Amino acid sequence: MSLLALAGLSAHYGCGPVLHGISLDVAAAGVSVVLGANGAGKTTLLRAVCGMIAREGTVEFDGARIDRMATPDVARLGIAHVPEGRGTFPNLSTEENLRLGACSRRGPRDRRAIASLFERVYQYFPKLAQRRRQQAGTLSGGEQQMLALGRALMSSPKLMLLDEPSFGLAPLVVEELYRIMRDINADEHVGILLVEQNAAIALDLADQVYLFETGRVVMAGPPKDLRGDEALRRVYLGY
Amino acid sequence: MEGLLHQVFAGLANGAIYASLALALVMIYRVTHFVNFAQGELALCSTYSAWALIEAGASYWVAFVVTVALSFAMGVVIERVVIRPASRAPALSVVIVFIGLMVALNSVAGWIFGYSTLSFPSPFPAEPPFGNHYIGSHELGVIAVTLGMLGLLYVFFRFTTLGLVLRAVADNAESSRLVGIRVERMLGLGWGLAAAIGAVAGIMIAPIVFLDPSMMSGVMLYAFAAALLGGIDSPIGAVVGGFIVGVLENLMGAYVIGTELKLTVALVLIVVVLVVKPSGLFGQPVAARV
Repeated sequence: MSLLALAGLSAHYGCGPVLHGISLDVAAAGVSVVLGANGAGKTTLLRAVCGMIAREGTVEFDGARIDRMATPDVARLGIAHVPEGRGTFPNLSTEENLRLGACSRRGPRDRRAIASLFERVYQYFPKLAQRRRQQAGTLSGGEQQMLALGRALMSSPKLMLLDEPSFGLAPLVVEELYRIMRDINADEHVGILLVEQNAAIALDLADQVYLFETGRVVMAGPPKDLRGDEALRRVYLGY
Repeated sequence: MEGLLHQVFAGLANGAIYASLALALVMIYRVTHFVNFAQGELALCSTYSAWALIEAGASYWVAFVVTVALSFAMGVVIERVVIRPASRAPALSVVIVFIGLMVALNSVAGWIFGYSTLSFPSPFPAEPPFGNHYIGSHELGVIAVTLGMLGLLYVFFRFTTLGLVLRAVADNAESSRLVGIRVERMLGLGWGLAAAIGAVAGIMIAPIVFLDPSMMSGVMLYAFAAALLGGIDSPIGAVVGGFIVGVLENLMGAYVIGTELKLTVALVLIVVVLVVKPSGLFGQPVAARV
C-alpha cells in the first residue's frame, strides 16, 4: 500500500490553474521524485499536499483522506515539509529551530526523548552541533538546508516533502546532502517526495519518477525508463 | 539637586508603565505585524474592572489577579471575534478596525462607569520607604512590579516551549504551520498576554493619573513613543525606550517646557525617530531585495 496517494489533484492560485488532475504515489519508505522545469507546478504540488493552498481531488496519507485538513494538522500526522527556501526561523538559534521540529511530534516529547532526537540529528549533521547556539539566519546555505532537514527529522516523520534541496548550493555540498538523505531514507524508513531541477542527482535516489510539464504528469515510471528513453533523457538530463 | 533626583525617580516610575505598555504593543506587532491602537483602551477597561471589584469588596490583590485573568480572556476573545476576521483585509482597513475598537471600548467604559474622575488605591504604603526623600513607595512599587513582570516574561519566552513557539510564530508563521503549530491559537495567546500586561500597567498607573475614560490617552502616546524609540519589533527596546521616555518627559516638563506642553515631547520624539532612525534603537532595519 502506498504511503501517499494523490488522485486527480488540482490546485490554482488567484490567476488560474497550476495543477491539472495529478495522480502520484509514494511507497512506504520509498522515494518518488518529481522533475520538471521552472513553473511546471512542482512547488505547488508540495504546497497542495500539505494544505498551504486550496486544492481539489483526493490526497490519501497512510490510508486516510487528508485533503480537507489544515496545514498544522497535516504536519502532526507525520508529514514534514522542507519548503522552497528552507523555511528556517532566521532569528532563532539552530538548537531552537530543531526543538521546534519536535514541538508537536507524534510520540513522546519528554526531555529524554527530545535529547535522543537531538543526538540522532547531530549524528547525521555534525556541523549543526557546532553551530548549536548560532542564529539560523547567519548559517551558510548548505548549513541552513541541513538545519531544515534536521528540523524535519526531529518530528520523526513518516513522509518528508523536500523542495529542491540542491537549490543554490555548491556541487560538493549537494553530494553530501544527498548522501545523508539516502541514509535517512534507509535508516529511518521515511518516505520521501522530492522535487528537483537537478535531475541527475535526484534520479540516483529515486525509485519512482514523475515528469511534470505545465501542471501535468507527462511521464511516470522507474528511473531506468527515463534513462532508457533517449528523447526524454536529452531533454531532462542533458546528456 | 534633590529636585532633579526626585524628577528622575518619578520619571522612572512613569517610564516603567510606558515600558510595559510598549512591550504589549511590541508583542502584538511581532506576532501579527499590526500596531494595536486599542491597547490603551483595553488597559482602561481592565483598570475599571479592577476598580469595580475593589468597590464590591474584594481585597486589592484578589482584584488584581482576577482582573489580569479577565483581561487575558478579553484579549483572546477580541482577537478571535474582531481582529481575525479582518486580518486578511488591506492594512489600512485593519488600522480602521483598531481605531474603531479603541473608540468603542472607550465609550463602553464611559457608559458603564461614567465620566467623573475616580481615585484608585495603591497597594503600597503612603510614607516613602526607608525614610528617603527622593522616591515614594508607590513609585518604587511600580518599578518593582514592572521589572518583576518583565523578568517573568523573559523566563517565559526564553525557557518554556510555549514561549519558543510564540517566538517561532513571530519569526516565520508559514514555517510554524509546517511544524504543526496552530498559528491562529498562538495569535490569540499573544493578544491575551498583551491585554494582561496592559491590565497590570493600567492598575499601576491609575493611582498616579486617576481613573477616568481619558486616563490612557496621554499614557498611550508616551508608550507609542517608547515603542518606536526602542524599535517596534524589539522587546528590549520597548523597555529601554519606556524608561528613557519617562525620564525625558519629566525632566523636560520640570525644567524646560513646563507641564502643559509635556505631551508634545512624545509627539516630537515620534516624529524625530521616524525621520532619523525609523527602526529605532534596537529594532531591525527593514531591508528588501528588489
